[in-house]
Amino acid sequence: MENLNLFIRSIFVDNMVFAYFLGMCSFLAVSKNVKTAFGLGVAVTFMLVITVPINYLLQNYVLQAGALTWLGPDYAGVDLSFLSLIMFIAVIASMTQLVEMAVEKYSPSLYASLGIFLPLIAVNCAILGGSLFMQQRGFGSVWTATCAGAGWGLGWLLAIVAIAAIRERVASYSNVPAPLRGIGIAFIICALMGIAFMSFLGIKI
Amino acid sequence: MADKTSYKDIFFNPFSKDNPVIVQVLGICSALAVTAKMEPALVMGISVIAVLAFSNVIISLLRNTIPTNIRIIVQLVVVAALVIIVNQLLIAYAYDVSKQLSVFVSLIITNCILMGRLEAFAMGNKPWPAFLDGVGNGIGYAMVLLIVAFFRELLGSGTLFGFQVVPQCFYDAGYANNGLMILPPMALLVVACIIWVHRSINKDLQEK
Repeated sequence: MENLNLFIRSIFVDNMVFAYFLGMCSFLAVSKNVKTAFGLGVAVTFMLVITVPINYLLQNYVLQAGALTWLGPDYAGVDLSFLSLIMFIAVIASMTQLVEMAVEKYSPSLYASLGIFLPLIAVNCAILGGSLFMQQRGFGSVWTATCAGAGWGLGWLLAIVAIAAIRERVASYSNVPAPLRGIGIAFIICALMGIAFMSFLGIKI
Repeated sequence: MADKTSYKDIFFNPFSKDNPVIVQVLGICSALAVTAKMEPALVMGISVIAVLAFSNVIISLLRNTIPTNIRIIVQLVVVAALVIIVNQLLIAYAYDVSKQLSVFVSLIITNCILMGRLEAFAMGNKPWPAFLDGVGNGIGYAMVLLIVAFFRELLGSGTLFGFQVVPQCFYDAGYANNGLMILPPMALLVVACIIWVHRSINKDLQEK
């Protein structure tokens, strides 16, 4: 039950895009149509579901102060937490490379439409942000960390599919001033969605 | 890439025609996070220029020896090392600002401009043009950051670089700071306005 609450919270209240404004670059650039947006959303969700638990294990069994006690009593005083940023990034980068190779092999059309934003998942702030939040909040178990990662990923997926749907409508039905067409109006839509999502901030689940 | 004009283009294009933030749409997250005030925006801009220029040069020097399959990891390690150096320098010489910025400086690692330029330019060019490209893109990024921070700090807090700009008599007459400008969504709106002005001038950038 606790985990379910955390999962729901991570999707709506702690939404990566609208509550923390993380992962904006690919969010704005790849949200032109729903299909591509969905593809990237799934990739990001997948990355979060994998990297948050892996980094959780790293944090608790390697990096944290006293985390190396399982190696023997001599290691109890070792504190490697200053390495956490580099370790998290290394895990994320290698997983991204793996996902990139998989997508290139099994779905070349998705690979072509994501373009440079596929390698950029590695520096998608939402994914590093997920690991850093995990570190900050000190979750109780790997299972909890996985739930939070899945929630954050689904929240990001929800946000990017929503904005892509709005942008598709705006592009075909409304008369946007020429200089604002494309990315300009996307910024404004995103700002309005952000203000709307602020209403979730006070909710306690 | 041999004659002088192309070097000039590499350096000056990112200022306006090829601007990393408003044309290539990279590095938005930090543009939202650090632009509530001018001072952090300026320091952030300078840090990004330094990291971008040097990581471009290093990756460009290594470009023939990096295996394609692990290039992302190599790039991130180079960037992370440079970011740590910048962070230490800030702590040593500008302690107050670094305290204000600490989180955002480590977030340079995940700034998409860096990966974007490394992937798109440094992997295929010689060190000198890569250096120019890095400095040019860094300046383009810093310019947008400063413009956004100018409006947000002026309208949101009535100050610039921490100095009171809006005179007291305005407040006495009923003027109030717009607290909404401090919130992150407003940075998006300001960037949208910059795009609007920029694309009204450069008509060839408009999308159909």
